[in-house]
Amino acid sequence: MYAYDEIDRTLINERVTEFRDQVKRRLSGELTEDEFKSLRLMNGVYLQLHAYMFRVAIPYGTLSSEQMRRLAHVARRYDRGYGHFTTRQNIQFNWIKLAELPDALADLAEVGIHAMQTSGNCTRNITSDQWAGVAPGEIEDPRIWAELLRQYSTLHPEFSFLPRKFKFAITASEHDRAAIKVHDIGLRLHKNADGETGFEVLVGGGLGRTPFIGKTIKSFVPGRDLLSYVEAILRVYNQYGRRDNIYKARIKILVHELGIEKFAQEVEDEWLQMRDSALTLDDADVEDIRSRFTYPAYEKLPHMPDELKKAAHEPHFEAWRKNSVALHKVPGYAIVTLSLKPVGGPPGDATADQMDAIADLADKYSFGEIRVGHEQNLALPHVARRDLPALWRALDKIGLATPNVNLVTDIIACPGLDYCALANARSIPIAQELTRRFANHDTANLIGRLHINISGCINACGHHHVGHIGILGVEKNGEEFYQITIGGRADENAAVGTLIGPAVPYGEVADVVEDIVEAYLALRARPDELFIDAVKRLGVEPFRERVYATR
Amino acid sequence: MTSPLQQKIKITGPSIVTANRTWDGVVIYRTASNGWSTDISNAAIVRTADEARALLAESVADDVGAIGAYIAPVEIKDSGEIEPGNLREHIRSAGVTIDLPVPA
Repeated sequence: MYAYDEIDRTLINERVTEFRDQVKRRLSGELTEDEFKSLRLMNGVYLQLHAYMFRVAIPYGTLSSEQMRRLAHVARRYDRGYGHFTTRQNIQFNWIKLAELPDALADLAEVGIHAMQTSGNCTRNITSDQWAGVAPGEIEDPRIWAELLRQYSTLHPEFSFLPRKFKFAITASEHDRAAIKVHDIGLRLHKNADGETGFEVLVGGGLGRTPFIGKTIKSFVPGRDLLSYVEAILRVYNQYGRRDNIYKARIKILVHELGIEKFAQEVEDEWLQMRDSALTLDDADVEDIRSRFTYPAYEKLPHMPDELKKAAHEPHFEAWRKNSVALHKVPGYAIVTLSLKPVGGPPGDATADQMDAIADLADKYSFGEIRVGHEQNLALPHVARRDLPALWRALDKIGLATPNVNLVTDIIACPGLDYCALANARSIPIAQELTRRFANHDTANLIGRLHINISGCINACGHHHVGHIGILGVEKNGEEFYQITIGGRADENAAVGTLIGPAVPYGEVADVVEDIVEAYLALRARPDELFIDAVKRLGVEPFRERVYATR
Repeated sequence: MTSPLQQKIKITGPSIVTANRTWDGVVIYRTASNGWSTDISNAAIVRTADEARALLAESVADDVGAIGAYIAPVEIKDSGEIEPGNLREHIRSAGVTIDLPVPA
């Protein structure tokens, strides 16, 4: 966990005071909506179909149990008893009242949570690997650098009015769980030939209307130069990014139009002028941040304790363990993913009671720490393996032990037309129907790893482009239709999926997905050939034929 | 951003003006008596572009009470009942189409 200092606490508290005054003036009529809109957006407050939506940042996906309890409190006191974890390590409350928002913000500020820069044309929440700091083989904890970037970019005067929003993601593992290739800037920590730690910097990734996979602009930037280098990128973007057309304003369009070589040269020219500026990080700067992260006092524990051996005879526990429990960098410990994808439930939602229970379990089994992943699941990052059976029983009681992590029912979905003012079609009911179709765990297990991503509009909050199966809701003559893509992925081999054919109506989406899965099961070369690998080998044609032959 | 009043108004059937209430965001409908109601059955019906423009103008003028006013299509049943004219408005009027994680 990172402990905020006095500067952070002051900043957050001042923001609450400012926003309270702004809301008061809005409600009295002193501020018009036109004047107020940018102010509320700076505090993560959107207007959705039925109500205001309040988006709260969870920087690099790390939460304390105390913070989780406070989120539960906000859900219960100011909303309708639940929250929605998003694909960008935020949580959204869907029914919040503007008049009560300052109080909610104040309650969150008491535990160091805020909503700054969760909207607007600025640097958004810095996201990272939800297993950061505990994943085996990691170069180092990427959250130290994420925190540096958070401090650097928060209320940065030069970059508070960029052409469009700007998203960073950072990882330090070979396997990318942070989807860095579909962010405006993706950072991958690695070591160069001299053993020095630095960053591969990718730029221009993104989804939405025009999806692009990020391109490497520099293969190695030393840690000391990280801030000056990203500032050079931001400056080039701020200067040349389009402001005349919102659909062409993201950096990915600029990189595409200039070409990566020309863009890289612009950045290099800018960087050389400022490389040795005040932004250069010395070891003390980094150590200062590092020192404010606290890590558990791990015990020396066996990898296969008696408790685990005994529980291995319980099939339900084993099913859960096999797909929810991952290796930890410390022997005797495990990383446990908590599925927020129950059969028939909205992906990513957690009730206030569940949040409180998770906080209690984090205190009991995970040194009080919780992680939020972009797949809309949670994780307990420091669980002693001897405690896994007890944790599983406790999670099962609160509906959080669905054994489907990374399987076909572990669906990423945006709120869609049930909540969102931008959506053209519903996402959640599609996800719910799919989880019912594939509810049988043996079937899901037979299918193996398969990511379905659903977005209710082209803005792609459900990351449909990079789903192994992507589902995009569109509107045709007042009816909901869905375009289906296959072959997308968001990891280190990120790719944009390929459209398999004409959009299908709402009532046929689950049938189409079943057809695709059946085709895969019939065509895969061997039982362990994953869906995504089969699509790569076969192309989309066999799947297209299967889906459209009878339609 | 273009003001709703500057946008071209084209309606093809009975329409209403809807918005969200400023203090809590609740869906509201402009009534014939220059006020707002949370019940679509109280909405003022307009049938021409001029009527719609006038109703929208008075709605937008209430910047304190309402946010984001716009014209939306409705259907008038034989019984006189007003029903939303598309799925989006149906969801705004009737609520989400799914069970909420915590029953109201």
